[in-house]
Amino acid sequence: MANETAYFDEMHGGDGTRAPYAALGTWIEAADPADLRAKQREAEDLFRLTGITFNVYGREEAEERLIPFDIIPRVISGNEWRRLTRGIEQRVRAINMFLHDIYHRQEIIKAGRVPHEMIAKNEAFLPQMCGVNVPGGVYTHIVGIDLVRTGEDDFFVLEDNARTPSGVSYMLENRETMLQMFPELFSQNRVQQVETYPSDLCASLSACTPAATGQNRPTIAVLTPGIFNSAYYEHAFLADQMGVELVEGHDLRVVDGRVAMRTTRGYQPIDVLYRRVDDEFLDPLNFNPDSRLGVPGIFDVYRAGGITIANAPGTGIADDKAIYSYMPEIVEFYTGERPILQNVPTHRCSDPQTLKYVLDNLADLVVKEVHGSGGYGMLIGPTASKKEIAEFRKKLEARPGNYIAQPTLSLSTVPIFTKKGLAPRHVDLRPFVLVSPQGVRITPGGLTRVALEKGSLVVNSSQGGGTKDTWVLED
Amino acid sequence: MLGRTANGLYWMYRYLERAENTSRLVETGQRLALTRMGTSDDEWRPVLQSAGVYEAYKAHNETLTKDAAIDWMLRASANPSSVKSCFDAARANARAVRTALTEESWEAVNGAYIEVKDLLARKLRERDLPQALSRIRRHTALVRGTTHGTMLRNDIYDFVRIGTFLERADNTARILDVKYYVLLPTAFGVGSSIDNVQWETILSSNSARGGYRTAHGNSPRPREIAHFLILDRRMPRSLAFCISKIRDNLAYIAEDYGSRMPSHDLADALHRNCAGQDIDVIFNDGLHEYLQEFLGCLSELARQIEVDYRFTA
Repeated sequence: MANETAYFDEMHGGDGTRAPYAALGTWIEAADPADLRAKQREAEDLFRLTGITFNVYGREEAEERLIPFDIIPRVISGNEWRRLTRGIEQRVRAINMFLHDIYHRQEIIKAGRVPHEMIAKNEAFLPQMCGVNVPGGVYTHIVGIDLVRTGEDDFFVLEDNARTPSGVSYMLENRETMLQMFPELFSQNRVQQVETYPSDLCASLSACTPAATGQNRPTIAVLTPGIFNSAYYEHAFLADQMGVELVEGHDLRVVDGRVAMRTTRGYQPIDVLYRRVDDEFLDPLNFNPDSRLGVPGIFDVYRAGGITIANAPGTGIADDKAIYSYMPEIVEFYTGERPILQNVPTHRCSDPQTLKYVLDNLADLVVKEVHGSGGYGMLIGPTASKKEIAEFRKKLEARPGNYIAQPTLSLSTVPIFTKKGLAPRHVDLRPFVLVSPQGVRITPGGLTRVALEKGSLVVNSSQGGGTKDTWVLED
Repeated sequence: MLGRTANGLYWMYRYLERAENTSRLVETGQRLALTRMGTSDDEWRPVLQSAGVYEAYKAHNETLTKDAAIDWMLRASANPSSVKSCFDAARANARAVRTALTEESWEAVNGAYIEVKDLLARKLRERDLPQALSRIRRHTALVRGTTHGTMLRNDIYDFVRIGTFLERADNTARILDVKYYVLLPTAFGVGSSIDNVQWETILSSNSARGGYRTAHGNSPRPREIAHFLILDRRMPRSLAFCISKIRDNLAYIAEDYGSRMPSHDLADALHRNCAGQDIDVIFNDGLHEYLQEFLGCLSELARQIEVDYRFTA
């Protein structure tokens, strides 16, 4: 495995503190470590009281856990951010055009840029969406683009989250916590604000109201699977912040061709449903018949233009890890431009030649399941044991089409606060993107996830990752 | 607002009210046990009965002891009305209706849940009991206070209040009914004072000792106590007070929504049953019968509210 110095540290860079961190660095040096330790504990108490917890599936004793929060912010300069946003916007526009194309004329397949079987045989492809015209032409109302950095100018897209990206509540609560604990930091640094996200989200969703319904003041609701869902806190948080109802499947039913919620005064129709329920569970009549989380018949209302579902059903086809490897072609095909953000070079194991290469180099590669998420079902070659590699080899040989492989990236590090002072840890970044007919809006910053264990490259909260406040400076 | 949200708010505050009443009953029982010579563990039977948990206690315990009774009322997971179970349920409901609560109300109930869970994680030592009970009630007071101080006066608040006062009326009526016989004029000469232990139990279970003294002086008389806890509109735990609050809040909803519902008629009928009633008439017709009828009408009202406002599908 590469040694520590091979990683790009975002605070200390090559020589000395990098410019965006200058003021922060001075502040940390002047701070009393005992004070910071106390603040770290205070932050945890704050999170616990606010109830910012997530549920870990299959662990009864720790039904609700806090995601560890680190008090040292990650800083991005305004200049760096502008470059990133151009790339993100380009990519998100391409994803929406791709989705429209895939569910209509499939020009990209006809042009031979994406193979037919990548779509037709893909579990995330929803044939029911073919020919459906989505309100406002928007498929992915909310997108999270996972970025990693490997050097001063080197950013890569690790993953596109085009279904129901989560984590935005942590972005907002992290900032809120920092503002409460270290107000002086925000007078010393000009940090771009993130707290408009909920009202931006509300405006963005409102702008996607179906043409035929509630044009004046659309009724929006957030659909949650319920209090036992791992992201329930976020669902409640967003509904609360937008001032809209948080509904569950059994609150809804189709009444007179509209999807309506059961209120104390009777059934009230909904114009825009921000659903945090997977496609499969959305409608037992049209998809999984066993689902108790969804609304029977909602898809028929949707097809008839009676409701906006955000994100649209079937968007998973755009963030599938096998499709990911075609993203450079997809961006070029629809925008006519070269992609601004790089993809991580990706080996598709379905190809026999590639499979051989991957099997020969397992110890150096990261191998991921095409449909996996949350950091489960993946192999990180450089840190895996011989036994783990041997076991993974068998899985790979049994179902090669189910896997992709990527080189192990030297993820950048940012310092975290530990008992022994500052120490570098690997991070990624998930900026949040809103799409409406009025345009693309990217909240400055996003969610920085950090692998708390020394040397670890896995940042997922389900696997011991933490989060940080992420600053984009005005400059 | 969603029918499910109305349901969640209503139960959240019912459970908080119940937790408070149960802790008050435990405190009363404990105080009597400590200050009265010759009281036996059997004195905990009416306490458990007042809390409505005696039958379930018997099903889970072979003998009646003070320690087991206290534990049953405070900590038992098998007892859905134990203080711990009430806080669990209140918080679960609060999470489900998080968007209807103000941030301060949510943090108050979540903070209460966190501390009470910790407080009741182990069996309480006798010496820790008074402080634990006072902390439990401080938490319910805090939730009530933040609710009162921060929530909009809309239908959300109306359902909060309806839940609170339904539970409270139910508790007061039950406490009276368990001890109704000591208030009967026939048990004593008319105008004679009743055994101190008995009236102390009834009044302090309702946090009413000071209030009673202010209203009726220092010598407790059955007629006055019954009047105070059933009919006195100044007493915030009396049946008349609770029903008038429920009626008010139902009326606000009716005004807000522009329609009256069957539950409003039930509330009016119940209100006529306690406001403007004569305590002597109640005694003549039978106190126990009166309370039983009251409890029956109350649960009918609760059921009708659930139907009228679509608490469930």
